[in-house]
Amino acid sequence: MKTYYNPDDLKKFGDIADFDKPLADQFFRWYGDVFSEGALTAREKSLIALAVAHAVQCPYCIEAYTEDTLAKGCSEEQMMEAVHVAAAIRGGSSLVHATQMMNKAKALTM
Amino acid sequence: MKSLLAQHHELSDSGRQLQLLDNVVYASGITSFRQKLDTLGFYPLKSTAVEILQVNIGKMCNQTCRHCHVDAGPDRREIMTRETMEQCLQVLQTSAIPIVDITGGAPEMNPHFRWFVEQCSSLGVKVMNRCNLTIILANKNYHDLPEFFARHKVELVSSLPFYNADRTDRQRGEGVFDTSVKAIQMLNAVGYGKEESGLILNLVYNPGGAFLSTGQQVLESQFKKVLHDQYAVVFNNLFTITNMPISRFLDYLVSSGNYESYMEKLQAAFNPATINGLMCRNTISVGWDGHLYDCDFNQMLDLKIGSNHAHHISHFNMTDLKHREIIISQHCYGCTAGAGSSCGGEVVK
Ligand code: SF4
Ligand code: SF4
Repeated sequence: MKTYYNPDDLKKFGDIADFDKPLADQFFRWYGDVFSEGALTAREKSLIALAVAHAVQCPYCIEAYTEDTLAKGCSEEQMMEAVHVAAAIRGGSSLVHATQMMNKAKALTM
Repeated sequence: MKSLLAQHHELSDSGRQLQLLDNVVYASGITSFRQKLDTLGFYPLKSTAVEILQVNIGKMCNQTCRHCHVDAGPDRREIMTRETMEQCLQVLQTSAIPIVDITGGAPEMNPHFRWFVEQCSSLGVKVMNRCNLTIILANKNYHDLPEFFARHKVELVSSLPFYNADRTDRQRGEGVFDTSVKAIQMLNAVGYGKEESGLILNLVYNPGGAFLSTGQQVLESQFKKVLHDQYAVVFNNLFTITNMPISRFLDYLVSSGNYESYMEKLQAAFNPATINGLMCRNTISVGWDGHLYDCDFNQMLDLKIGSNHAHHISHFNMTDLKHREIIISQHCYGCTAGAGSSCGGEVVK
């Protein structure tokens, strides 16, 4: 079956440099710095990345950061809690816009 | 769960394992380990010294862990005789090897275990024992092991794959986590894991599946915090090791469909900086029947030390073995991935 997403393409991420090396190099350097140990631990950053991967629904990032969080010693419970945080923010961000809907509805109705 | 041998599983045959390892390398375009070393100028791989005599005193074990590279279990009967142990003691006495590292199976199940430890300790060598923890509670004959270990200042190295029961038990068997924690409590009670006592208890983490581990230090602080806060137990260091693609872990990799990608991961993570610290370079591994190997993994693959050396402890010759050529194969990618993996955890600190 053909799909738009091919798991093997994840391994080719570095190939984005083929079309524009200077920008790709900048991106990968920055990416490396972002995920290195800082005020947040590399482990915390990996859990954030896992949550964001679910929020943006990127199958490549979900695979990569599932493995990365496992490698960094996170438990399944911690990984699932991170995904719930993403889900809560996604759900909440829809719901908080209901205030706009309510404002408008109230303005339009008697 | 039965051992692969008791199941008459094809992977209980070391020749079949080596064949499978070669096949995946050639079929998926992975560079062979030998080629990799050759390109970097490390081939042939040579030992530098013999500082550790690792003695595998039997394949019998009270557990049947899914990642076991020994294929150990209650159904295994291979056990080192007292005569072979005497030959090991003879070597320790004459060769000035400072460390003996006792392993198994569950070494404590060998009826001559305590005698062997006593003899080693009276020779003044440092004794290490790879204790699986649960053996201490397996029956009342083992309940006094903590006092026995403490009396002989045995350094303990014990696998505890995770800081929760779920992942530990999936890998090592139902109830293993809780029993292991009780065993650590008993060891702590005689002083193990406490800085001031000098009695060392090191734990070993290995990933619960087809992924590699990162960051020994980070994992050590997590393990220490959770085990202390939730179970009031302490230990000295955590060693992180990579699961070797042999024996029961190889069976798991193949049956779960992870085999090829795991080998790719190992080879992609190959780190030349690990070569200097590989355990085969300062260790000789003795099998239950006295045969000699470069490491415990080569032992399980029946890859005896190089052909121009005597293969048995009864013919141990330090001059010959000190700078021998090490037998390598594709499984060696397991020791050289990332920060490296040895009996003492990460190779590159
Ligand atoms: S891993 Fe250790 S405890 Fe588990 S079966 Fe093998 S020898 Fe026994
Ligand atoms: S498996 Fe590891 S320790 Fe054994 S020979 Fe290969 S590199 Fe050395």
